Amino acid sequence: MSSDSLPVASPTPDAQTSQQPGLFELFFAFAKMSLAGFGGVLVWARRAIVEQHRWMTPEEFNEAFALCHFLPGPNIVNLSVVFGGRFRGIPGSIAAFLGLVGPPVVIVTILAAVYARYGQIPALQRTLMGVSCAAIGLFLAVIGRMMVPLLKKRDPVTLILLVAVFIAIGVVRLPLVPVLLIAIPVSIFVTFLVRRRAVS
Amino acid sequence: MNPTSTLLTIAWTFGLMSLLAIGGANSTIPEMHRVAVEAQHWMSDSQFSDMFAIAQLSPGPNVLIVTLIGFHVAGVAGALVATFAMCGPSAMCAYFVSNLLRRSSHASWPAIFQAALVPISIGLMCASGFVLTLTSDRTWAAAAITITAAVLALVTRLNPIWMLIAGGLLGFAGVV
Repeated sequence: MSSDSLPVASPTPDAQTSQQPGLFELFFAFAKMSLAGFGGVLVWARRAIVEQHRWMTPEEFNEAFALCHFLPGPNIVNLSVVFGGRFRGIPGSIAAFLGLVGPPVVIVTILAAVYARYGQIPALQRTLMGVSCAAIGLFLAVIGRMMVPLLKKRDPVTLILLVAVFIAIGVVRLPLVPVLLIAIPVSIFVTFLVRRRAVS
Repeated sequence: MNPTSTLLTIAWTFGLMSLLAIGGANSTIPEMHRVAVEAQHWMSDSQFSDMFAIAQLSPGPNVLIVTLIGFHVAGVAGALVATFAMCGPSAMCAYFVSNLLRRSSHASWPAIFQAALVPISIGLMCASGFVLTLTSDRTWAAAAITITAAVLALVTRLNPIWMLIAGGLLGFAGVV
């Protein structure tokens, strides 16, 4: 996975990526990566878009993903919309979105119906409980990885904001809207001040 | 509540959450739990953690926990409304911002905005982890499974699906 099969030197900057995908191609490509993606679609999206179809260079992909990560909402859903739109406008966005979300929604809805019918069976409840414990462990590991670069920076303002948001939402259990209405402007203001001071 | 007003509640709840999901859908787990369990009494703590487990076991983006919540509250219509409400507003926002940025790619505000959101998004993720741990890890054995999975995920390259299966088997065997 680490070695990209893309040629290092491309003939012209504009011809790095291959042909433009059509609507059906977009739908099926996203459906495929979505159904392959147990516990996260990103790895598969990267593999399909960059390595298999060569619709984007690794740099373009990283840039598109960074944008989708900082915008609100499910990242990979945002990515499908941005990606589809870049090639085919709004119809492309809709095709990629429906490919990504449609097939798994059908599966999850069936599972939800099964759960509604049999969810009370003790053996199933115990099993789901065990899965959930393991899933939370995986989730905590992801958080741990995200914390490392932040802790390395040792920036007190960032850490104070992080802890304040954690306490407000996780411990005090305040609603999300008022917390974000305060936290986002404060954070933007502080970041702006810090950057300004760094420049001057 | 009549069916239409239930669907409207679902649409409004998740439509707003879509625009508040900074750093991804998992950032809003505390808010989903607060609304579904505490405010609306749609489900119990253990049903919520069951749905988290099912969403993790299913293929596709993790955001599909909202499909399960929607189905639980209002059947197939609820599932569809919840899914589109959670994905739609943020998707439209992403589409327009992406087009905007392509036209003016040298502005400095995206970088400031992005940097400012990092601590908030990680703070929200920590809160999600904390809330999930409180709802699920009620016994020492359960906590041990969580810790083991976290450590294995950090130090090995084992496929996560195996840890979920192992957790399920331990649960089935009655360890949790």
